[in-house]
Amino acid sequence: MTLTLEIIGITVLWFFLFGYVIVASIDFGSGFFNAYSLLTNRQHILTKIIQRYLSPVWEVTNVFLVFFFVGIIGFFPKTAFYYGTTLLVPASIAIILLAIRGSYYAFETYGSRGHKGYSFMYGVAGLLIPASLSVVLTISEGGFIDMIDGQPVLDYQELFLSPLTWSIVVLAISATLYISAVFLTWYANKAKDGEATKLLRKYALIWSLPTMITATGIIVELRAHNPEHYANILDVWWAFLISGLLFIGTVYLLWTKRSYGFAFLLLVGQFFVAFFAYGWSHRPYLLYPYLTIYDSFTNEAMAIALIIAFIAGLGLLLPSLYLLLRLFLFNKEYVVGKKEDNHA
Amino acid sequence: MGNEEAVFFSRLLTEMTLSFHIIYATIGVGVPLMIMLAQYVGIKKNDEHYILMARRWARGFVITVAVGVVTGTAIGLQLSLLWPNFMELAGQVIALPLFMETFAFFFEAIFLGIYLYTWDRFENQKKHLLLLVPVAVGAGMSAVFITIVNAFMNAPQGFDMVNGELVNINPLLAMLNPAMPTKVAHVVSTALMTSAFVLAAIGAFRLLKGSNHIYHKKAVYLMVKVGLVFSVATAIIGDFSGKYLAEYQPEKLAAAEWHFETSDSAPLILYGVLDDGEVKYAIEIPYALSILAHNDPTAEVIGLDQFPEDERPPLYIHYFFDVMVTIGMFMVMLSAFYVVAKWRKWKFANSRFILWLIVAGGPLSLIAIQAGWWMTEVGRQPWILRGIMTVDEAATSSGSVDIMVIAFALLYLILGIGSVVVLRRMFRNNPVEKELDKMEAERLAGESK
Repeated sequence: MTLTLEIIGITVLWFFLFGYVIVASIDFGSGFFNAYSLLTNRQHILTKIIQRYLSPVWEVTNVFLVFFFVGIIGFFPKTAFYYGTTLLVPASIAIILLAIRGSYYAFETYGSRGHKGYSFMYGVAGLLIPASLSVVLTISEGGFIDMIDGQPVLDYQELFLSPLTWSIVVLAISATLYISAVFLTWYANKAKDGEATKLLRKYALIWSLPTMITATGIIVELRAHNPEHYANILDVWWAFLISGLLFIGTVYLLWTKRSYGFAFLLLVGQFFVAFFAYGWSHRPYLLYPYLTIYDSFTNEAMAIALIIAFIAGLGLLLPSLYLLLRLFLFNKEYVVGKKEDNHA
Repeated sequence: MGNEEAVFFSRLLTEMTLSFHIIYATIGVGVPLMIMLAQYVGIKKNDEHYILMARRWARGFVITVAVGVVTGTAIGLQLSLLWPNFMELAGQVIALPLFMETFAFFFEAIFLGIYLYTWDRFENQKKHLLLLVPVAVGAGMSAVFITIVNAFMNAPQGFDMVNGELVNINPLLAMLNPAMPTKVAHVVSTALMTSAFVLAAIGAFRLLKGSNHIYHKKAVYLMVKVGLVFSVATAIIGDFSGKYLAEYQPEKLAAAEWHFETSDSAPLILYGVLDDGEVKYAIEIPYALSILAHNDPTAEVIGLDQFPEDERPPLYIHYFFDVMVTIGMFMVMLSAFYVVAKWRKWKFANSRFILWLIVAGGPLSLIAIQAGWWMTEVGRQPWILRGIMTVDEAATSSGSVDIMVIAFALLYLILGIGSVVVLRRMFRNNPVEKELDKMEAERLAGESK
């Protein structure tokens, strides 16, 4: 296996998608917990913690996603034809949810602090986004797109009746809440907010189970749905084993109320290993059985230009991201709430 | 749904998304610079009014940015969803600036977050001001990169077509296409002009509605000055755009100016209506089209007769041209008058009449932006990629575009109303006077400690 431009391209994109999965999960999960606590009159426990984290970073989250889809069209322009044509409805739903979530978040945060309607709107929209986006992963497994007169057409009935679809939807939602809850447990603990830590730890433990069960279930379902992919997954069984062990590590630390920071680190490791093992086994297909990273790849000149632009861009971004994290996430005084950093 | 319907609804949806997005995008590109200016003037003159101005504008700006971001995400995805064949082809040549735009935007997003939450962290205001530089640069570069993509659609280059395949692709050459300089300059300068006039309009409106605070007067004067600079710049760039069109897209210029027959010493037709192919009630300025096109009153200007009928843009773009140019000229005159009047201390400058005109200038500038985009986009028809791919060939084969049109129309309605309601509430509940009193009280409390 040589390091071709195709592999470099898809790896870069996969990294950003992973980044999106983690950051967006924290984001969407927080929004949901916030809305839930408003609804059950427990906002005094959670809202402050959640908003301290969310406020300065919300816009950055969205860019990870934009980066991924712009990048995939750039590196693999044929995806525009297959996915562009078939995803009109599911992707439009996701866009609408993203739009409501993003703008109502801003409306609530900067316009009318504590507005219940707005909080509820973005909390629920946020939770539905992972569900609607996850459909793309389902479709990529093949079996839902027919070629009619040379045009790809999505078979909605097949898609809606497939257990695979719904397992992936459930995984997307529960993983979102799980990732978010583990992160916030650590964050609340860092902010020395005992009550919030306690509640979030409970949420984390609750959502750990469905996450693991559906993840395992999906692999089993793939055996019937896409035997080729299933066989490739078995080839990297050890990676999924490592991921499972990391999961157990996280839950153990949460259970015994120890080192929440390390627990979150293990969680990131768990998802990282599983995400890349999944991607690796999916290779070379972008869409079973029509599209591979090789036959959809752009020309060499564009690929090299994109990679150079990417490296230059990272040179700019990494220091800025570091600054952002240092000022807010890793700033003790900010996290604890000593700094009165009200927006504008 | 047949292809014709899919094309129609795809165009409708794209038009709708872009028309809605461009309002927020224009403000998003222009306002950071205005905030910077206000904060700079405030530090320089040690005048807390300007500092507060920057702060209040920044607050409103976040709301518009949020809507700009989400609708920008929408159009980014819709390009592939509605025009998959176009993206498959053009992606091979023009993906680079699209990709770079996400970086520019990333950069802006990070520093905007930092800027908003660090008002009280720095002892030295100048350091806080510095954080705005990457925000303004990022916003400006986003506009530059995206406009480059649009320029490429008008004047594609950087590749060869051999048997329907793209070869010899050069991404940099594609970015440096002939439409790029005038288009980029026009977009950036109109964004700055419009943002300045929108902010001036808000200040003027407060003055008309009872507040007589010097804060608003300062805001109006500063913004009209900035608006004057950029509206003059826009007019000059507009002249260059005419020359670009004459050279590279003569059919667009000819359709916009109703120049049917190729001729020298061509007159410029302003206003008028088209009745059965006859131009009626128009103002004709002799030689003006030849000057606009070639800087030479006797030069030959190519007319629509040089193009096959199915490659001519719709003639109604002339009306968009009229609207755009009229508003542009009006804004140059209004702002020039106001600045001179203020400088000479004429009382008339503060009259309600002039203030009302300044109020009108905000929405008018936004209308000019819309008219300009409609002119250039409809003026490219029937092409999506001029000379290479038509809009019909590019559209999706999906049958659900009509439902999506309705869904997105509702979304934009919700976002539009939501943003207006939130902005109004934000500033209503917290008027300048109240905030200045609070600042004063805080300062006194600080001194007595």
